[in-house]
Amino acid sequence: MFSEYSGSELVSIFAMQGFAGLILFAVLVLMALGLAIIFGQMGVINMAHGEFMILGAYITYFTSMLFASQFPDLFAGYFFVAMALAFVATFALGTLVEWSMIRFLYRRPLDTLLATWGLSLILQQFYRSVFGAREVGVTIPEWMMGSYAITDTIEIPINGIFVMILTLVIATWLYFLMYRSNWGKQVRAVVQNRPMAAAVGINTEKVDRLTFGLGCGIAGVAGSAFTMIGSTGPTSGQLYIVDTFLVVVFGGAGSLLGTIVSAFGISQAQSTMEFFLSGSMAKVLTLLTVVGVLMLRPQGLLALKIRK
Amino acid sequence: MKHPPPPLDRRRRRLTGWLAALPLSLALGQGVVAAPPPTAEVNSTGLAVTDDSVTVGILHSVTGTMAISETGSVQAEKLAIDQINAMGGVLGRKIDYIQEDGASDWPTFAEKAKKLLVNDKVAAVFGCWTSASRKAVLPVFEQYNGMLYYPTFYEGLEQSPNVIYTGQEATQQIIAGIDWVVREKGAKTFYLLGSDYIWPRTSNKIARKHIEKLGLKVVGEEYYPLGHTQFNSVINKIKLRKPDVIYAIVVGGSNVAFYKQLKAAGIDMTKENPLVLTISVTEDEILGIGGENIVGAYAAMKYFQSLDNANNAAFVKAFKAKWGDDIVIGDVTQAAYLGPWLWKAAVEKAGSFDVDKVREASPGIELTTAPEGYVRVHENHHLWSKTRIGRAKRDGQYELVFETEELMEPDPFPEGYQ
Repeated sequence: MFSEYSGSELVSIFAMQGFAGLILFAVLVLMALGLAIIFGQMGVINMAHGEFMILGAYITYFTSMLFASQFPDLFAGYFFVAMALAFVATFALGTLVEWSMIRFLYRRPLDTLLATWGLSLILQQFYRSVFGAREVGVTIPEWMMGSYAITDTIEIPINGIFVMILTLVIATWLYFLMYRSNWGKQVRAVVQNRPMAAAVGINTEKVDRLTFGLGCGIAGVAGSAFTMIGSTGPTSGQLYIVDTFLVVVFGGAGSLLGTIVSAFGISQAQSTMEFFLSGSMAKVLTLLTVVGVLMLRPQGLLALKIRK
Repeated sequence: MKHPPPPLDRRRRRLTGWLAALPLSLALGQGVVAAPPPTAEVNSTGLAVTDDSVTVGILHSVTGTMAISETGSVQAEKLAIDQINAMGGVLGRKIDYIQEDGASDWPTFAEKAKKLLVNDKVAAVFGCWTSASRKAVLPVFEQYNGMLYYPTFYEGLEQSPNVIYTGQEATQQIIAGIDWVVREKGAKTFYLLGSDYIWPRTSNKIARKHIEKLGLKVVGEEYYPLGHTQFNSVINKIKLRKPDVIYAIVVGGSNVAFYKQLKAAGIDMTKENPLVLTISVTEDEILGIGGENIVGAYAAMKYFQSLDNANNAAFVKAFKAKWGDDIVIGDVTQAAYLGPWLWKAAVEKAGSFDVDKVREASPGIELTTAPEGYVRVHENHHLWSKTRIGRAKRDGQYELVFETEELMEPDPFPEGYQ
């Protein structure tokens, strides 16, 4: 397969392929973090995760329209405003959903599955009725689109670099929030032993609400960032949900580090195989590997040890 | 703003209005007496036809993932029905429609088709979009002898007595496109890419056979699962193989991801190195992709909104007047618009709403008013139509760069291509 290429061509292709794997890694982490927080810390499987992402994408769309018509001079920077707004909106919707629905279902995990799935259908139809059934095209500022040429033959997509940096920032921020802040300590206390945490004066209801909101908020930011690489329509959230669950379950519930490790493994396996095999075959082999590993380690790669 | 006329003036105008209407109503009165044939004569199989109306069905997804694509078809069919009614209907009968939602779910399509045929006894159904939904309703239409007008370009390999295919089948779209790119652009190597289901796979098979017949080379062929959103690896592979043409049949949400990532990877389609030729991106899809992300790509299909002819100008104007100025019209939307008109012509030729008579009358039906230009129904229930190449512009429209001189003959079972 490679005999007809020169050495330097191969080097640059492999360099670009390496970056493709890293970009996929960043995308998967960004997709999965919000779900991992909610699933890991609260045991709630949020089937509407994709729809929260798409809310973020729609917010980005409307922000871009607003900037294009009101502040065309600032258009190059609208994306940062859009991500902030996406976080605020999805965080707000997340806390609302927790308050109105999820909090009644904590003792019935299967029902939360059904309820959030219902929520995802409701949100999809809501988007369709309000924003229209057709996909919308989000205009990305020109500087974020092209590619950055490292050498003559190695070109790296700028939006990929952007997603990588964004993922790094959010993951670092989350680390400090969960493991270095007072609030994070409360969250972890609630996960480990809810009655005891309540007994020492932690407002567990508030912790739950904010955790759910935070997970949704991060989903919103991810959705906003993905307008650069994917589509924005009422059902686009469904495109991400399978990969997201795959990453979280494979990584082990309750472990943010596990999510990151699993995203790394899946992305590298997938992008390497995509290069040597066909796209569909790569997906099949990736899924088979995940199934195989989960049969041997049902708790996922890195599971949190807690007393049941 | 106009001021209302003074009362005297208004009264006079009303009087003259009545006077003017007098001969008209006389003429209409005669027309009504003379034109519509008795119901028993035009409907011998118990369809939903009365003395002044006929009921048809519209069966598309308005919810679920396919709603994105099927919305345009519903709008086109309703527009055609409105226009036919404004002209006096079919055999003097006004068309009423019953709309059912297939909900992007194939068993639901079959169930709703049965409801339309068995309970509502509709005279014809305009509907379906994906091949999967058509395959699901096919046994229903054949069992209860209904008539389906199917608008989407599709893979061929089908010919049912109960379906009229108003979109192009694969060879019409593919062969002219590849011939053009070889002749005009000197293409020698091709990279075939598609979403992983029957239409892209069958189409690429035809494309590959044709490319190899011309003595040229396919340097890669790849399929990605529906909904796949990461194309960086395949783009690297394409860069490695350096084809002259990327032949892309990616659909749905994947489409948006593919073109955005192609652009981000530094492939400028306006430079045509490689050139991108697609058969799956209409103006509808460009809405989601964004014109700036696909500018320079070529598409091979039979209709573009920008076609410059009087039929199309009137169609686009009427469509926008009914559904809003921002709307775009893609290939399938236009094909869906043909459905009610072809049915009307067949009914009038047959002098009957009976499905068997309409079927018999259908081959040879011509439409000179089609927005795409002249079309004719073939013996095999597909349409003779021209194939056109358009180049995507930044504003989301295609610019026509080529059209075949002759109508392309539909060939759903192409010999030597299977």
